[in-house]
Amino acid sequence: MDIKLHEVEYRYAAGTPFERMAITDVSFHIPSGEYVAIIGHTGSGKSTVLQHLNVLLKPLKGEIDIGSRTIAAGRKEKNLKEIRRRVGIVFQFPEHQLFEETVEKDICFGPMNFGVQEEQAKQRARDAIRLVGLPENVLERSPFDLSGGQMRRVAIAGVLAMKPDVLVLDEPTAGLDPRGRLDMMEMFASLQKKNGLTCVLVTHSMEDAARYADRIVMMHKGRVYKTGTPRDIFSDRDSLTAIGLDVPETIRFQHLFEEKLGYPLKHLCLTPEELAQEIRRLRGDRQ
Amino acid sequence: MGEMVISIQDVSFQYPDQTAFALQDVSLRVQRGEWLAIVGHNGSGKSTLAKMLNGLHYPQTGQVTIGGLTLSEDNVWAIREKLGMVFQNPDNQFVGTTVQDDVAFGLENNGVEQTKMKERVLTALQKVGMTAFLNQEPHHLSGGQKQRVAIASVIALRPDIILLDEATSMLDPLGRDEVMDTIRELKEKEGLTVISITHDLEEAAKADRVVVLNEGSVYTEGTPQEIFQMDQELLQLGLGVPFSVRMSQLLADEGLLLTQRHFNEEELVRDVWTLNFTK
Ligand SMILES: Nc1ncnc2c1ncn2[C@@H]1O[C@H](COP(=O)(O)OP(=O)(O)OP(=O)(O)O)[C@@H](O)[C@H]1O
Ligand SMILES: Nc1ncnc2c1ncn2[C@@H]1O[C@H](COP(=O)(O)OP(=O)(O)OP(=O)(O)O)[C@@H](O)[C@H]1O
Ligand SMILES: [Mg+2]
Ligand SMILES: [Mg+2]
Repeated sequence: MDIKLHEVEYRYAAGTPFERMAITDVSFHIPSGEYVAIIGHTGSGKSTVLQHLNVLLKPLKGEIDIGSRTIAAGRKEKNLKEIRRRVGIVFQFPEHQLFEETVEKDICFGPMNFGVQEEQAKQRARDAIRLVGLPENVLERSPFDLSGGQMRRVAIAGVLAMKPDVLVLDEPTAGLDPRGRLDMMEMFASLQKKNGLTCVLVTHSMEDAARYADRIVMMHKGRVYKTGTPRDIFSDRDSLTAIGLDVPETIRFQHLFEEKLGYPLKHLCLTPEELAQEIRRLRGDRQ
Repeated sequence: MGEMVISIQDVSFQYPDQTAFALQDVSLRVQRGEWLAIVGHNGSGKSTLAKMLNGLHYPQTGQVTIGGLTLSEDNVWAIREKLGMVFQNPDNQFVGTTVQDDVAFGLENNGVEQTKMKERVLTALQKVGMTAFLNQEPHHLSGGQKQRVAIASVIALRPDIILLDEATSMLDPLGRDEVMDTIRELKEKEGLTVISITHDLEEAAKADRVVVLNEGSVYTEGTPQEIFQMDQELLQLGLGVPFSVRMSQLLADEGLLLTQRHFNEEELVRDVWTLNFTK
């Protein structure tokens, strides 16, 4: 399912004295099956953009194509259920999407709301809870009696259980332990690669953006600053630092190494694995 | 040996109606002026321990002593004056209807005089780069902005001990460094004691000491160097290693010569260079 934003603008508390411009003139394309990462400084508008992708927020200007639907400013939109089923969002704060008295009910709510039978929904809940690395007995507990990272995992499980076509992830690894973070990022990547899901990831981890994304959107002060492949984006360090970001650690390390070497490596290495191989190859060449 | 500001002795804690203990026989000491990182898998008991140090939970066995006071319902307010905490979820901490009221709230409670209060509120918000949002409602901020305000509220109180429960998990990397540098400066200049619960291994690597929690108990503690030697074991504990250590491993796996695993990128580059490229 393709998603296209055309000159989207959103202001919070529009028409009141507290009105605040959050995003303006935002246009970009999320092709079906791609992995798109959105990066940007605190407050640059990333979460606001994400909430437009399943119409939790509606543009005050511009429009958004979501599959065959067009959501345009100034129009009443009815029947958004189909979009909500197909585009699943994991919010920045998991507390904002948990509400039932047990974890099982919470995870089953989405699927059942979209017509899945109870037994099947419960099966999905068991599958999803395993996928996020929690024991099955968590299903009987209250989601509010869990640790922060456990809540995060339940929120992710709830979205996975809906089997969406588009997975929208707002800093999904904040609060996860390092191992869980790696496992979860690998799981999202495999859903995208193997099952053809579209992934939209907001992240402060330049490492994750470099490793997983096909395309990166840089946001700055509510606008799209630049888009490109990870290689494009991370080979231009100046434009990153101009908006308060930087290259991933791997590339910083590559630059340090190149200073010793006196000349640049053949290409930019996006992951530590790639860089280690490149350094090994270079040593081979020089011997 | 420096002065002990926190001593936790054989503390256990179980939430109502739960079979497992959230904390079991935990003992821990913190020295004045120390930066202690607490790491551990999700659900290992970190926030439970933090809430105990802030008097939101009381130990069911054992005892907690902070700045000479043994935690009890009678002195919890005195303890909260000594120890300021930034919660894992900033929304749980906001009390004011505007950013500046929120930061002022604790000061008002402590009886800080008006003009002084104004100044301290502004300085704290300046330190976290949030002066453009003085009259915004704290709940209506972006994730990272909320975390910045939550940190300012505690900085403004100038406690002896700051306890951060994943307080920078939603900040961009530069923002995180800025905030951490601010706190490090307070530690150096004013002898602040810092306890930082974190999943950020780079941050843990900069601590004076690291404590690893596992299933409610202290698994081990040591300097960052000691802790990150464990590598494979760390994965089992739900953890990992910082970038330089990981990079050292990968280079060694590729057959490059190294004298050791490094914690510092410059040293690693120098080592790789000298042993593999200068012959
Ligand atoms: N509910 C709200 N009411 C008013 N203003 C808001 C609200 N939510 C966000 N804003 C403002 O809109 C701007 C964009 O916020 P948004 O949450 O989209 O940022 P973000 O890029 O996700 O930031 P972060 O990385 O900190 O999560 C910010 O300046 C923020 O203060
Ligand atoms: N209010 C509560 N009621 C019942 N059990 C709870 C409650 N809060 C936490 N627990 C349980 O206690 C254990 C420790 O939780 P705690 O929040 O201390 O973990 P944590 O180390 O902070 O984890 P995280 O890294 O995910 O934040 C977990 O198994 C959790 O499910
Ligand atoms: Mg956000
Ligand atoms: Mg916690």
